[in-house]
Amino acid sequence: MDRRQFLTLAATGGAAAALAGTDGTAQPATVATNARIVIIGAGAAGTALANRLVRRLDGAAITLIDARAQHLYQPGLSLVAAGLKPADYVVSQTAEWLPSGVTLLADRVAAVDPEMRRVDTEGGESVEYDYLVIASGLMLDHDAIEGFSLDMVGENGIGALYAGPEYAARTWTAAARFVDEGGRGLFTRPETEMKCAGAPLKHTFLIDDRLRRAGTRAAAEIVYAAPQGALFGVPIVSERVRMLFSDRNVETRMQRTLKAIEPGRKTAIFDGPDGVEEEPYDYLHLIPPQRAPDFVVQSGLAWENRWVGQGWADVDQYTLRHNRYDTIWAVGDVAGVPKGKTAASVKWQVPVVEDHLVAAVQGGVGSKSYQGYTSCPLITRIGRAMLVEFDYNNDLVPSFPGLIAPLEELWISWLMKEVALKATYNAMLRGRA
Amino acid sequence: MQELTFETMLAVFEEVFGPGLFWAMVAVAGLITLAYLYVLIRDRAVSWRKFLWAQLSMPVGAVAAVLFVQAMTDSGFGDIGGPIDVIVLLLVATLGAIGMAILVYTLEALIGSRRTRADDAG
Repeated sequence: MDRRQFLTLAATGGAAAALAGTDGTAQPATVATNARIVIIGAGAAGTALANRLVRRLDGAAITLIDARAQHLYQPGLSLVAAGLKPADYVVSQTAEWLPSGVTLLADRVAAVDPEMRRVDTEGGESVEYDYLVIASGLMLDHDAIEGFSLDMVGENGIGALYAGPEYAARTWTAAARFVDEGGRGLFTRPETEMKCAGAPLKHTFLIDDRLRRAGTRAAAEIVYAAPQGALFGVPIVSERVRMLFSDRNVETRMQRTLKAIEPGRKTAIFDGPDGVEEEPYDYLHLIPPQRAPDFVVQSGLAWENRWVGQGWADVDQYTLRHNRYDTIWAVGDVAGVPKGKTAASVKWQVPVVEDHLVAAVQGGVGSKSYQGYTSCPLITRIGRAMLVEFDYNNDLVPSFPGLIAPLEELWISWLMKEVALKATYNAMLRGRA
Repeated sequence: MQELTFETMLAVFEEVFGPGLFWAMVAVAGLITLAYLYVLIRDRAVSWRKFLWAQLSMPVGAVAAVLFVQAMTDSGFGDIGGPIDVIVLLLVATLGAIGMAILVYTLEALIGSRRTRADDAG
């Protein structure tokens, strides 16, 4: 069974497990080494990789650098922002996921010197490495939206669920008022690359459903505004979303980039095809532009001719190895690859980096390749989702072909998002899935 | 590990319920099954009187399992969107029904009621 099993079926799990029990994979042999490996970031990618490397490498000195003590289960933020889960649903402690025998340095990275193979932290520490993995995640550039600051979230109809569990909960506070009273809801997305391009759509669908359940949908207008020309990067999915938006009576304003807000007037200001446009709102969902952390650009590790101004790490899209420094890889949100800023992508990227890194330790070359796999349980209402999975080619790559239709709104896809996804994510963090 | 292996499934289920609760549930399910086998061997036959009650309890188990899953996942019957959803619903109901039937049969055999004691005497 060599299929894309990011989501395992809780409901049919017993039977599937019985079927699959016969083809357990052989554990690769451990490699003795005294290599110094530094992983920048202890999020989903960094933690999963550390857990896997500890099992593969015997004697390696593995150091993770991350200033944040909390681990965030980011796929849960959409549920928090729709009032379906409490804020603490997404929060755990980084330390409890890490294996023993690795060092966690609670600090921020100031710079990487790829020639000297050294990482300097803001706290003044210097860590030398033989191999470096950048798994730092990305930065939410809230300051880029003029007139907006995070302390506004939750009041005066402003939501911003990406900013973290507390802000996701406050987003629901603002959205719940809109659900009660109706009015004009404005849902946006940024023009940069972003993590989980399905999340802006999910929030729109969920709030639409909340309005219907509250009996206030007739008193509400929903507008989805995005800088892109299409609703989703994968054309066949985009068409499906267009049909669903039409069915749900969601208006679209494409090629509109949110530039500023005037909270006093409850007005959002967009750059549109014909210049500046103003859109009034009673509820605004704001997602800021997203960029790589500053040290990636300042250390000369970013793409120079692609995604200019966004700073994603200059890596090969199949091996995730840096195009100019062969002792460096990037994995997760920070990697400069065309798709893959999701936890599902991380699950597929981490074994590739592990393979190439362990091969490099042995003086060889790895063989695994990341084909752009990304998964998005695209929630279309409370209780239903579409299990959308795709790759670099914009091909649909369903994990359960013939069983779970990717473009149908299904209960089973919702069940997987609600029940199996976090469990699979946690198993991934521990390097077990 | 991108293959769906038995180890992956165990890891996922451990994460769903927590390792303690998951293995406790496995143990309880195992114990009930063992107790069921024990009474079958002890009695050397299926008691149709006990089985009647076990059968009558099956719809209760089926409905309870479905409502439990729906309550745990903020969803309802209106969310059924395609054939696979009906299959999942039926699977959940079937598991609930079988589990309930085995539980009721075993409890009756082990603890007994006036009716089933009469059955044993007869």
